[in-house]
Amino acid sequence: MTQVSVQDTVLVGIPGEPRLIGGKCPDCGNHVFPMQKDCPKCTGDQIEKVELSTKGILWTWTIQGFPPKSPPYIGETDPENFEAYGVGYVELPGEVKVEARLTENDPTRLRVGMEMELTVVPLAIDEEGNEVVTFAFQPTENN
Amino acid sequence: MHDVAIVGIGMHEFGRHDGVTGMDQGVVAVRRALADAGAQWEDLEFAFGGSKDAGSPDTMVSRLGLTGLQFINVHNGCATGGSALISSYNAIRSGTFEIGIALGFDKHERGAFRVRTRGDNLEWYGESGMALTTQFFGMKINRYMHDYGITQNTLAKVSTKAFRNGALNPMAWRRKPFSEEEVLESTMLSYPLTQYMFCSPGEGGVALVLVRADKAKEFTDNPVYLKSCVVKSRRFGSFEVFSPHLANEFSEGPTVDASKAAFEMAGIGPDEIDLAQLQDTESGAEVMHMAENGFCEHGEQESMIQNGETEIDGRFPVNTDGGCLANGEPIGASGLRQVYENVLQLRGDAGERQVPNDPQTAYTHVYGAPGISGVTILSK
Repeated sequence: MTQVSVQDTVLVGIPGEPRLIGGKCPDCGNHVFPMQKDCPKCTGDQIEKVELSTKGILWTWTIQGFPPKSPPYIGETDPENFEAYGVGYVELPGEVKVEARLTENDPTRLRVGMEMELTVVPLAIDEEGNEVVTFAFQPTENN
Repeated sequence: MHDVAIVGIGMHEFGRHDGVTGMDQGVVAVRRALADAGAQWEDLEFAFGGSKDAGSPDTMVSRLGLTGLQFINVHNGCATGGSALISSYNAIRSGTFEIGIALGFDKHERGAFRVRTRGDNLEWYGESGMALTTQFFGMKINRYMHDYGITQNTLAKVSTKAFRNGALNPMAWRRKPFSEEEVLESTMLSYPLTQYMFCSPGEGGVALVLVRADKAKEFTDNPVYLKSCVVKSRRFGSFEVFSPHLANEFSEGPTVDASKAAFEMAGIGPDEIDLAQLQDTESGAEVMHMAENGFCEHGEQESMIQNGETEIDGRFPVNTDGGCLANGEPIGASGLRQVYENVLQLRGDAGERQVPNDPQTAYTHVYGAPGISGVTILSK
C-alpha cells in the first residue's frame, strides 16, 4: 500500500522522509506553521517557506479519549474500534511549537520536556487504496 | 460619558429543550427582561443580539414588534454575549441612546463543537483529529498542573462545587450533585480532564435591559451599575485554542489584558470584588482563570479550592450559579448568563444560593475561540 500525505503543502517527503513545511519571516525571523504569507509578529507579508526541524521537546500534551466528529476527522470514528491517541505541542528549538499527533497514548509514558522526533501515523485508506498518513511525534530513544 | 445601569434581566432555562427553537428561547428571555424592568418592547431604542447556531437575532422583531429600533447582530465566538453587552454599554455611555437591550440565545448540536477547518492551508488540521476545543483545555491545564502543582483532586472539587451550586439554581441544566469519586471515575475525555469536568454545548437565552444611569430609578429601586465592560483579542505569543502552532516566546493571554483594563476602568482592584463568574468550560479553566483575572497568584488556587474559599459561603465565591459546567454553553447567551447571575446576587435575589453579607461588587469573565476574552464589573 502506498503512503500519501494528508496534505502535501504541509507534510512532504511521504513515503520516506517526512518533513513539515512552515514559514520564516525574513524581516523579524518569526516562524509559523503551517505556511502563511502574513507575519503575526511584525505584521510583514513576505514570509518564506522553510522545512522545520524534525526534533524537539514536548511542551504539553493530552490524550484524545473519544472519537472526534466526522467530518472533519477522517480517521476511525466507530467507538468500538477507536483507539485513544496523544496530541501535544512540540517545541522546535529556535523555530516554533507545532501541534501534532503523538505516537504514545499512555499518560504514564508522556512527560513535559521529553525529546521527540517526527514520524507519521496512518489515518485512513483513500479511494485509490492509498494509506493516508498525518504527521506525529514519537519519543526518541534518549528518554 | 454617561453611567450605565441594568434595570431588567430575563432568562430562558438553560439545558436541552426539544421542540423549542433557539429563537423561541431568545424571545422568552426578552419578554422576561422587559417584564422585570417594567418596560415595553416599543420603549427600546436599540438591541444588540448574538447567536452562533440559532439564526439571526434581528428577525425576532417580527415576533416582538416592528418598531423600527436599531437592531444589530453580533457574532464573536464565545464572547458573543459579552460583545452584545459592550456594544450596548457604549451605545448608552456615548449618549447616543437612553435605553436598549443586550440579548443572546443559542441551540447547538449534541457533543463537542464540530470545527471544520477549510482553506488557509488547514484542511489537514481537522482531518488529522486535532481542532478540538477539548484538546486545548486538556493541554493547557496539563502544562499548568506541571508548572504550578495543581492536583486532579482540585479539578474534581471545582466540578462538585459547580453541580452543587447548579442544584440550587432553577435555571440550570445539570441539577444533580456528584461526588468527587464520580467525577474522577467518569470517562477520561482529554487527559487529565474527565467527562464531568467538562461543560457541554447546550441551549438557552438571556436578555438584559440597560438604561442611562440617571433614568434607572424610573424602572427599579435596585439598579445595578456596569462599572466596566471590556473585550480583548489575543497578542503575539499567547496560548490559544485552535492554534496549529504557538510562538516559542510567551505573552499573557487576552484574559489578563481584559481583566487589567476592566479594573482600571472601574477604578477598583481584585481585592474589592465580592464574587465572580469565571469561564469554566472545564474545571481546569476555572482554576487558571482565577489567577489570570488577578484574584490570586498562580498555584494559590490549590489551597483556596481545597479550603472551600470559592464556595458560595467562602471568602471568594466563584460561579455561584453552577457556571458553564452546570448550565452548559449556549454560546450566544453564555456570557450574559454570568451577568444575569451577578445582578441577582447584587439585588439579593439569588434565593438558596445567595452569597451572604450583602455583596456590593461582582465580576464576570468569558474566554473563547479564537483567543478572545470579555470582562465586566458590576456594582450596586
